[in-house]
Amino acid sequence: MTTVISNNQIASDIFVLTAEGDYQGEMGQFYMLRGWDQFPILSRPISIHDIGEGYISFLYRVVGQGTELLSRLKPGDFLGLEGPYGNGFPVIQGKVALVGGGMGTAPLYYAAKRLLNSDAYLGFSYEAFRVEEFRHTTGQTKVNIGGYIVDDFDPTGYEAVFTCGPLPMMRALATKLQGTSTKLYVSLEKRMACGIGACFVCSCATTNGNRKACKDGPVFLAEEVDLDDLNSH
Amino acid sequence: MISTVTNIAGVSFKNPFIMASGTYGFGREYAQYNDPNKLGGISGKGLTLHAKAGNRGIRVYETASGLLNSVGLENPGIEAFLERELDVMTSWDTAVLLNLGGGTLEDYVQGTQLINEDNDRRKRESRRGVDMIELNISCPNVKEGGMAFGVDTEVARTVVRGVRQATHLPLAVKLSPNAQDIAAMAAMCEEEGADAISLVNTFSGMKIDVRKRQSVFANLYAGLSGPAIKPIALRMVHQVAKAVSIPVIGMGGISSAED
Repeated sequence: MTTVISNNQIASDIFVLTAEGDYQGEMGQFYMLRGWDQFPILSRPISIHDIGEGYISFLYRVVGQGTELLSRLKPGDFLGLEGPYGNGFPVIQGKVALVGGGMGTAPLYYAAKRLLNSDAYLGFSYEAFRVEEFRHTTGQTKVNIGGYIVDDFDPTGYEAVFTCGPLPMMRALATKLQGTSTKLYVSLEKRMACGIGACFVCSCATTNGNRKACKDGPVFLAEEVDLDDLNSH
Repeated sequence: MISTVTNIAGVSFKNPFIMASGTYGFGREYAQYNDPNKLGGISGKGLTLHAKAGNRGIRVYETASGLLNSVGLENPGIEAFLERELDVMTSWDTAVLLNLGGGTLEDYVQGTQLINEDNDRRKRESRRGVDMIELNISCPNVKEGGMAFGVDTEVARTVVRGVRQATHLPLAVKLSPNAQDIAAMAAMCEEEGADAISLVNTFSGMKIDVRKRQSVFANLYAGLSGPAIKPIALRMVHQVAKAVSIPVIGMGGISSAED
């Protein structure tokens, strides 16, 4: 249990919630957030957006009951945090491209901070956010509003790509990288209940059988997952 | 000091708290956060003769004070469990219940035989095995259009009888609250030699996405659990306890010490 430092709206329905404390977390991991008592029953899995000295931040969009309640938290309010959960993105020594679509950009910011050598490609439907923050932590940041960020992306020179965002975007990226030596890591979004691998709710079909998005993921090699099997909403 | 030790069919539970099937995996995950040695018992995730991948699409949906789930019994299969998970469970000082599901009578009986053989082998080697089978009759009967075994008393009877004949292990039958007559169902289980009754499993429910104009779940219906069902679960436990003389294990919506 911790307290909220700030909970600021940064775009339409989109907030950055910052909580007090020294928290662990690798890039691509998530926490289970709880800004309420008994109901709704389930805590919400939100990826780590940023960790710094004395704080942890989460970027989220209001899409339902849980996120609506999160959006009403004020500085000083209590926030329950469980984690960090998940496998996170792998540590890559070479140059990494972070390709994000909309809310998928959320976990990529912390990845940019933790990687020594990365560029960001951020796609948005109609409203960009956190772009300046990315510009300060990456080599270069490209933005596309209203179009297809994957079209603006040239994989030459990247050892790996970390991506998170709408499935069509990730599929297009996987197609683009076919035949190249660049490894593509996708961070998947799945409805979760327990968040720790006990309840079988977040199963994803992979080439190695079913895997749990909360424990074996949420990061998977693109070639191992069935990107058509994932409808979480 | 009050003793909390409870004995069911010769199996000793140090206290009457059992983690219900499906809530606790096979115990490994929560063991990192809570000492499983404190528990009276753990009923593992439901197992079937062959591994199951589970349902596609959305598997969970919140309701008012509850949860609808449609996991579809994803499990590694009985053999994989006996080989890879059981030893971890028996290393804890807690009773081990194996929740057994099936799609046909043959599945249930073959599954029981596997468990029985494994138990016999472990006994010869002086190793702990499964303490109790919890027979899950809420599974859809694939030969009868998917209606759960545990709805009709006479259909359920064939399964309970078949499993009872296949093992001497302590046998609890987990009832579905969707049974047409839950007290009669419980009485039948006692007649067929069950050592205990456990109830309730989830209630059949549904959620429609009004924007997409279809059920949220690929399987149409899903199982309702959570605090919302506790009053109904409790009423059923009460009715069953009056209908049988064997022990009754109650569950459904328990979320506090008072519950």
